Amino acid sequence: MSRKIIDWLEHRTGVETAIKSFLYEDIPASSGWHQVFGSIALFLFLTQAFTGIMLAFNYAPTPGEAYNSLKYIITEITGGRMIRGLHHWGASMIIVVVVLHMSQVFLYGAYKKPREATWMVGVVLLLLTLAYGLTGYLLPWDNRAYWGTVVATQIAASAPVMGPYLTRLLGGEGSIGVVTFARFYALHVLLLPPATTILIAIHVYLVRKHGVAPAVNDTAPKKRFFPEQVFKDTVATFVAFAILFTLAIAAKVPLERLADPTDTSYIPRPEWYFLFLFQTLKFFSGPLEVVGSIVLPTLAIMGLFAVPFIDRAALTRVRKRTVAIGVLAFAALGWGGLTAAAIATTPNTITVSVVDQEGPEGWQQLSAEELAGIGYYRKEDCASCHSPGNKLAADLASTTTKKTAAWMIAHFKQPQQNMPGTSMPSIQLSTPQMNALAAFLLKWNPKNARELEAAPAVAVEGAMVYQGQKCGICHQVNGVGQKMGPSLNGVASRRSREWIEEHFRDPQKMSPGSPMPPYKFSSRDMDRIVSYLLALPI
Amino acid sequence: MIYGLWGVITSALTLPAAVYLLFPPKVKKSTQWVDAADLAQIQPKAPEEVVFRKNRVDGWKVTSEKSTAWVVKLADSQAVAFSPQCTHLGCAYHWDESNKHFLCPCHTSTFDIDGKVLSGPAPRPLDRFQVRVEGTKLLIGDLQKPENV
Repeated sequence: MSRKIIDWLEHRTGVETAIKSFLYEDIPASSGWHQVFGSIALFLFLTQAFTGIMLAFNYAPTPGEAYNSLKYIITEITGGRMIRGLHHWGASMIIVVVVLHMSQVFLYGAYKKPREATWMVGVVLLLLTLAYGLTGYLLPWDNRAYWGTVVATQIAASAPVMGPYLTRLLGGEGSIGVVTFARFYALHVLLLPPATTILIAIHVYLVRKHGVAPAVNDTAPKKRFFPEQVFKDTVATFVAFAILFTLAIAAKVPLERLADPTDTSYIPRPEWYFLFLFQTLKFFSGPLEVVGSIVLPTLAIMGLFAVPFIDRAALTRVRKRTVAIGVLAFAALGWGGLTAAAIATTPNTITVSVVDQEGPEGWQQLSAEELAGIGYYRKEDCASCHSPGNKLAADLASTTTKKTAAWMIAHFKQPQQNMPGTSMPSIQLSTPQMNALAAFLLKWNPKNARELEAAPAVAVEGAMVYQGQKCGICHQVNGVGQKMGPSLNGVASRRSREWIEEHFRDPQKMSPGSPMPPYKFSSRDMDRIVSYLLALPI
Repeated sequence: MIYGLWGVITSALTLPAAVYLLFPPKVKKSTQWVDAADLAQIQPKAPEEVVFRKNRVDGWKVTSEKSTAWVVKLADSQAVAFSPQCTHLGCAYHWDESNKHFLCPCHTSTFDIDGKVLSGPAPRPLDRFQVRVEGTKLLIGDLQKPENV
């Protein structure tokens, strides 16, 4: 039965002949374990494409949504953390494997005539692999992504002549925002995958056309690709996959705080495979910077392309290729040294736990009183009447208020007095709470309405605790409050959550001599106020 | 051996993907009670449409949206709240005061004051919200699962 189906298919499509001619191709007797890396790289590319598509099913590619949707993937979707882990670690792994593949070809001199074009297509594939890393780095839209990309686009901007055009192309004019994000996303998922697919097809076609490169003096009768080499490729791929799978399960993929362009304390670092470039830049300053950022990398890429034309000597045994071994060792040492130096010079930053920060930064710029006002607005459910389409009450979000705070407070207390005939009930809030509500309404306008509506509950409730405890009598937040104690902006970069909690319980223990009284919060209030403080911008 | 290893790799990739796509998200869901009406303001046995706001969880977003319910006060601290959509095809129905029934304008389904189908193509009685009464406040919760679908 199955034979019949295969015959039918073969007759219509020739698929069986195609597979057989692919599998039963003759390869040199000297082929073996050292030639498995190309297959692993191809496998990893397919895995990246698969996990990338899976992520795209739940990922919203705009700066406003990217972070929240990714957080949704890793915290709420079953298997989401695993899929993201596979994609994240796969990205690093594919770079390792592609470099190993190129190193093997380089060591064995397999780029020599007539395989120059195969090598050059391979170099382009390496560059594409790096381009995936660069563009994909921005997509989580956390602080790490944002600041890493700021540095990358600045490097592009420093290119002589091309700089301004490159900046415009990457949408980085002014600052990194929606345009850059859209461009990086389009490159990452629309341009690079088909480009890679076409180049892999050309690369494999060329490998087949010229045959797998044999070792020197390999005169033994040829063998078939299947099953011996396929077995070796399969085992190697399996080992690589097992490592990837283990990393995806066991190693945590970082997702830092939401990208914060005002966070000047953040120390940006590129992904590990770009650290050597990052470190190289440090050797050049001022007008010479362009040497490190553009000239040297361009020379290195050109050198890679030129390898088959520089080394045109007859093929010898690997052990006799001392220059090639030397160059590779030098490159490996240089890369390793620069990367190690970059890691060693990275200052230890205070590890900030991922703060439950779900809105854009608009709400973070409010004073504690204004943010607490959002809480009272929600608590009193003002939006149940003051909403679009409700004719009984004004839609507060769609107009900029012309009323004063005093008018509003009188209106909250006795709505009938200001607006006879209104159906609004009087609001049961204390005077400071009404002040907060009025302060928020004064800030609210059609431009920031959506941003402020998105203020996360934990921060709003934290601000309510802050306001209720009158912390502003001693501390400042966003320029509002007294200066007896330290300003609380950016406290996340100075103190850990545990430190702040302990400081509330026993200020004397944490800051001897502090005039601050101890606070006995319920665990819920403690969580709220500390989360709020940790979310404050610098 | 070759096929076995590829089988393991394929299943290790496709099984998590299947779980990822087909399993429901882990939503920490608890019934959200919204203060929707003051029962003191509602006449007994006189259906009234009340408007309230509810938070709706949509993937990674929580949106606050306007919702309505037809509230029928049965006694001082007893009321029912019907979902505002006809159980036939989801049209908005209204209370026909002269005939004392709910009438759907789309395919003329009618329901009595208890939500039972009187006539028309509606397959089941009106859906109800969970309700709770605190003092004179009527709190509306999630939609109840239809009983006889």
